[in-house]
Amino acid sequence: MSDLVSQKVNMIFKSLKGEDVHALKDITFTLKKGELLTVLGPSGCGKTTLLNIAAGFLRPTSGSINLGGKEINGPGVERGMVFQQGALFEWLTVNENVNFGLRMKKEDPIKTAKKVEEWLDIVGLKGFGNTPTYQLSGGMQQRVALARCLINDPDLILMDEPLGALDALTREKMQSLVLKIWKETGKTIILITHSVEEALLLGERVYVMAPRPGRIHKEYKLPFASRGLKGDLREIKNDKEFVSKREEILTMIWDMEEEIMGKEI
Amino acid sequence: MITGFITFFTIFAVVGAILYGRKLIKTEKSDAVFGNPERAKGGIHWVVVGSSFLLLSWLYYSWDIAKSFYPKSANELCQVAKVNESLLSLKYLFPIVERQHKSTAIIKRENINIEDKIILIQNDPDLKDQDKEIFTNILRDTKLMIPSLTDERYLEDNIKNTINELTIRLNQLTTDFPKDSYPKFTTEEEDEINEGLKKQLGWGATGMEVPPLPESKRGLKFHAAAAELNSISDEFFEMRNHNPEYLRQSEAIFGEIKEYMDGLDDGRELDYIKDIKKLVRRIEYASIFPPKTLDELENAIRAFDKVQNNEQGNLRTIDILLFPAGTIVASGPQCSEAGPGRWLPKPSDTFRIFGEMLKPSVGYKMIPMLWYEMMGVNRIVGFVLPDWIADIMPGKYPVHNQDGTVDPNFKSRMLDIVTGEFEAFKIPVPTGHIWDSFLRVFLGLSLGIIFGVPLGLFMGLNRFAKGFFDPMVELYRPVPPLAWAPLVITVFGIDNVGKVFLLFMVSFSIMIISARAGASGTQLSKIHAAHSLGASRWQIIREVIFPNSLPEILTGIRVAVGMCWGTLVAAEFLAGTTGIGFVENVARKYMQYEVIWITIFVMGMLGLLFDITIRKIIDKTIPWRGKG
Ligand SMILES: Nc1ncnc2c1ncn2[C@@H]1O[C@H](COP(=O)(O)OP(=O)(O)OP(=O)(O)O)[C@@H](O)[C@H]1O
Ligand SMILES: [Mg+2]
Repeated sequence: MSDLVSQKVNMIFKSLKGEDVHALKDITFTLKKGELLTVLGPSGCGKTTLLNIAAGFLRPTSGSINLGGKEINGPGVERGMVFQQGALFEWLTVNENVNFGLRMKKEDPIKTAKKVEEWLDIVGLKGFGNTPTYQLSGGMQQRVALARCLINDPDLILMDEPLGALDALTREKMQSLVLKIWKETGKTIILITHSVEEALLLGERVYVMAPRPGRIHKEYKLPFASRGLKGDLREIKNDKEFVSKREEILTMIWDMEEEIMGKEI
Repeated sequence: MITGFITFFTIFAVVGAILYGRKLIKTEKSDAVFGNPERAKGGIHWVVVGSSFLLLSWLYYSWDIAKSFYPKSANELCQVAKVNESLLSLKYLFPIVERQHKSTAIIKRENINIEDKIILIQNDPDLKDQDKEIFTNILRDTKLMIPSLTDERYLEDNIKNTINELTIRLNQLTTDFPKDSYPKFTTEEEDEINEGLKKQLGWGATGMEVPPLPESKRGLKFHAAAAELNSISDEFFEMRNHNPEYLRQSEAIFGEIKEYMDGLDDGRELDYIKDIKKLVRRIEYASIFPPKTLDELENAIRAFDKVQNNEQGNLRTIDILLFPAGTIVASGPQCSEAGPGRWLPKPSDTFRIFGEMLKPSVGYKMIPMLWYEMMGVNRIVGFVLPDWIADIMPGKYPVHNQDGTVDPNFKSRMLDIVTGEFEAFKIPVPTGHIWDSFLRVFLGLSLGIIFGVPLGLFMGLNRFAKGFFDPMVELYRPVPPLAWAPLVITVFGIDNVGKVFLLFMVSFSIMIISARAGASGTQLSKIHAAHSLGASRWQIIREVIFPNSLPEILTGIRVAVGMCWGTLVAAEFLAGTTGIGFVENVARKYMQYEVIWITIFVMGMLGLLFDITIRKIIDKTIPWRGKG
């Protein structure tokens, strides 16, 4: 089974002053194949650090993360990443961005072109293949980033605030898209977000993290994601249960933020 | 003729454009407030005014307008200069240019000198009293000698007569000068002048020199008068007021001096007595006359000066108006332009010479500016392929036969190919000064890019590379490139190799720095993304870091082109036999101001061309710049 298993992951940075920053402390969790986990938490609680470790960009100070029984110790194609600003290669067209991974693997260009077309269709960018990416809007760029990651058929998709820079309307569309892709491909997904609403809507499971040291503060198992697959997202947002959960988590994060401020003052 | 037309045309253009601009301001419905950039848009008419103004300034300050409208004026002014020059030494005798009569000034000055010297001698502790006495006596005698020159009673009749004669000659000139019949030449003299005129080239034909022989009636007048004045002043200055009384006294003084100096060794005494002797000699040669003796002559000179000033007529106005910031008269009888006309070539001459230089058969120093020549492909092949290719071929080079012939074999045929010794068709290749300069910049820059960009990228990515190469680059980079020139030229020769290497050094450091900045400026998330997409190290460099650094690299190239261009011209100045800088350097040596300005213009245009080309390339290749 290609489960994601995190065992006592610790991450300690040295700050410029030489002090230790305990970014992650004893992070332990297991994510089954096909699960969608959203991670919430106040700024600076180590969400990005966790994701970077999972992607293999950082090596933890201690502990390890395994995917399908293999320890992660470097970036790999089986773990795709979607960044906040897309991190597209602006000197390439949409097509070239999407087929980047396949080109690196030197796959047959004709087959590649077909796949690219399919994926552009899925993310709703049909006909934009030859557009230079710097001419795309923010939402379109994020779609390209999604397609670029998915075309490689990764086991695990890591998303660091992928929808953070989008306006409300586009965001909603993209949320549906993420859900749709999750359902159709059955991929394991970790999605980091600042929006409690988004975390609740998309997450089958939600982790709320707390800062200093970064740790998993609370875990939720939620039904909204599977309901969102069928119904309208806006309806769910007005659901009583949804609203009460949202308020609960918001209060929790507010308390944490206040605590930090108190400490700093 | 053309210049005149252009002058009028540009004046019309300026006036017209200004009127149009004013009309536009009045009629334009504009709600634009001050500071609104919209208001700076458009306005070709002001461009017309600006460039016309520039052209007019050039025409005016290079004295081309004067040359075009009054082509004889320079030649005539030159004749006026001759008269001025001849008159000047005579004028200096009287309070015309100076405040005092020259005699008065000399007497006053030498009296003071004598008194000063006496005081100096009396106060010198190293001098014996006996010597002091002798020196002082000689000086006193000298002072007493002066009245022998200024007393009317001693003035000899022959001197009086000569002065009279000269005065009469001057007065005669004054009356003749304005007459139409002046000057009267014999046919022989006339022929001689005409002969000279035939050989004489026009104004501007020899750069800043003005033809010296008079070409007009008015010029001829001044030319002749100058000759007469010269003869008068020569005669005057030959004349000395050495009457018997003066001679008696001065001989006594010189005798005393000679007696004292006989057998004197080097030392203070000798210095003193030599000084005194000099003083006495000065008085001997000065033209000192009794007061009033020269009054008639003075009046005659004043009268002539007035007449010649009148005769100059409109020449004076032309001189003031059309020869700005200088005048031909100032150069005296040399007849050359002294002022901006000297270093600012006339547009007409400049364009004529430029047109001439552009002809491939003329060029500059036997080399065309920009042309092509037919070159056999064999020569190019021979130049490109290294000779050792033939050496590594299997077999041996053939040995000659007994009958004195050589049978070629495969190896020797190969050698013929790599050395270019075979028959081939010809293709045109560019040559000339401009091409040479361009090629040097191009080669130096290309080498700099080929080596600098990879090294720069490497240094931006690798701690070892950065640390290892940094000292090397940072040590030579801050040195002005030209400071390296003497060394580089010594090592690599004054020809192309040295210059290309110098330019390579310039572009190399710039390319390293820009490529390094580009590489280290790559967003981490892009590199992360590429890693997650399965790119290898090499692929990341080629597909992510390099394209991401392109804007920086291209900006670097743009800077490097400018630097290379500047360095090249200076390097060509230093040494070499071709190139734009070489042309300017030679032109400087021969004071060919037109050529200097042409090279400046060509360099400016080429530099601009390079920059525009690269800007175009930048716009084409990195349209995403600033939008990532
Ligand atoms: N390279 C580093 N060196 C030192 N400290 C670091 C480094 N990277 C992260 N940190 C620290 O680790 C902590 C966690 O950082 P991280 O970026 O994971 O936070 P985050 O939860 O993603 O915050 P945000 O929601 O604002 O993105 C922060 O206190 C940060 O200052
Ligand atoms: Mg983060």
